[in-house]
Amino acid sequence: MTMLTYPAATLMPAHWRDFVALTKPRVMTLVVFTGLCGLLAAPGHIHPVLAFTAILCIALGAGAAATLNQWWEADIDAKMKRTANRPLPAGRMDRQAALHFGVGLSFFSVILMGVATNWFAAGVLLVSILFYVFIYTIWLKPRTAQNIVIGGAAGAFPPIIGWAAVTGDVGALPVALFMLTFFWTPPHFWALALFVRPDYAAAGIPMLPVVAGERATRRQIWFYTAIMAAAALAPVLLRLTGIVYGSVALAGTAVFVALAFQVYRSRETDPARMKPERRLFKYSILYLFLLFGAVVVDRWLLA
Amino acid sequence: MKPEDQDQIRARQKSRSIVTGLLLGFLAILFFAITLAKIGASHAI
Repeated sequence: MTMLTYPAATLMPAHWRDFVALTKPRVMTLVVFTGLCGLLAAPGHIHPVLAFTAILCIALGAGAAATLNQWWEADIDAKMKRTANRPLPAGRMDRQAALHFGVGLSFFSVILMGVATNWFAAGVLLVSILFYVFIYTIWLKPRTAQNIVIGGAAGAFPPIIGWAAVTGDVGALPVALFMLTFFWTPPHFWALALFVRPDYAAAGIPMLPVVAGERATRRQIWFYTAIMAAAALAPVLLRLTGIVYGSVALAGTAVFVALAFQVYRSRETDPARMKPERRLFKYSILYLFLLFGAVVVDRWLLA
Repeated sequence: MKPEDQDQIRARQKSRSIVTGLLLGFLAILFFAITLAKIGASHAI
């Protein structure tokens, strides 16, 4: 990592909105949603205030991880069009402030989770933050093209944390949801990586399309989609869920597979004209929302 | 430092103080609510 000198504007105290921006609120919505679904699908009862606190802690933990990620990658973000306007690369905030904010938020979210729910859930939250910052951001992302496959594990933790906040342990269903999110991440991110490839290339990040080329990326998207489809249908076969999840998973996964197949077959090399890739990326987000929502509906119907 | 900069710094400090105050107020209410929930839970057992 190289140290950059930022404009003198950093003497100005950062706007509070920039602290919020550091936590990547938009990414947080998916994390909060999957965490909430894990919590609602868990057997047993949790006081609504404690449930709210648990979800708040998951959101703050994700925000802390995102903040530390941007603290570490400020120089890389400065080279990419998509990220150059983030608070650190744009010089609107002192790096040290971002570090303190990220570390403080990490401690706060983990301790609050432990006090409000249980220390097992707090432990899993801590592991997910450490995993995202150290294993993914610092170690793997700059070194291997399979970075997001392993990094995806960090994003797959929330349903486990939500479940653990209620039960104090891990069950088969949250593990199945973990696997689903884990194998969903590669096709989701590589679809994005295909159409923002010039950005990643400029920043020197070894994303798969940059290192292995587009053909290989399309093959890998197809490969991981197949595993993801198996993971999506596993809860049905294991009888962990009911008819609602079963039908949503079947229909939703069929559409996902069809879109992934279009991406696999495409030979387009101009990022501006990559329509199937954009479609798959957008649909993949909706897909995860649908499947997790269906898990909760199922649980309530069964109850 | 120009006077405009000074004004902007003051404005930012003020908005940050307000947000910090609101957050602290929210946390005070949240911790109180958590305490009540916990006491209720231990009574239930």
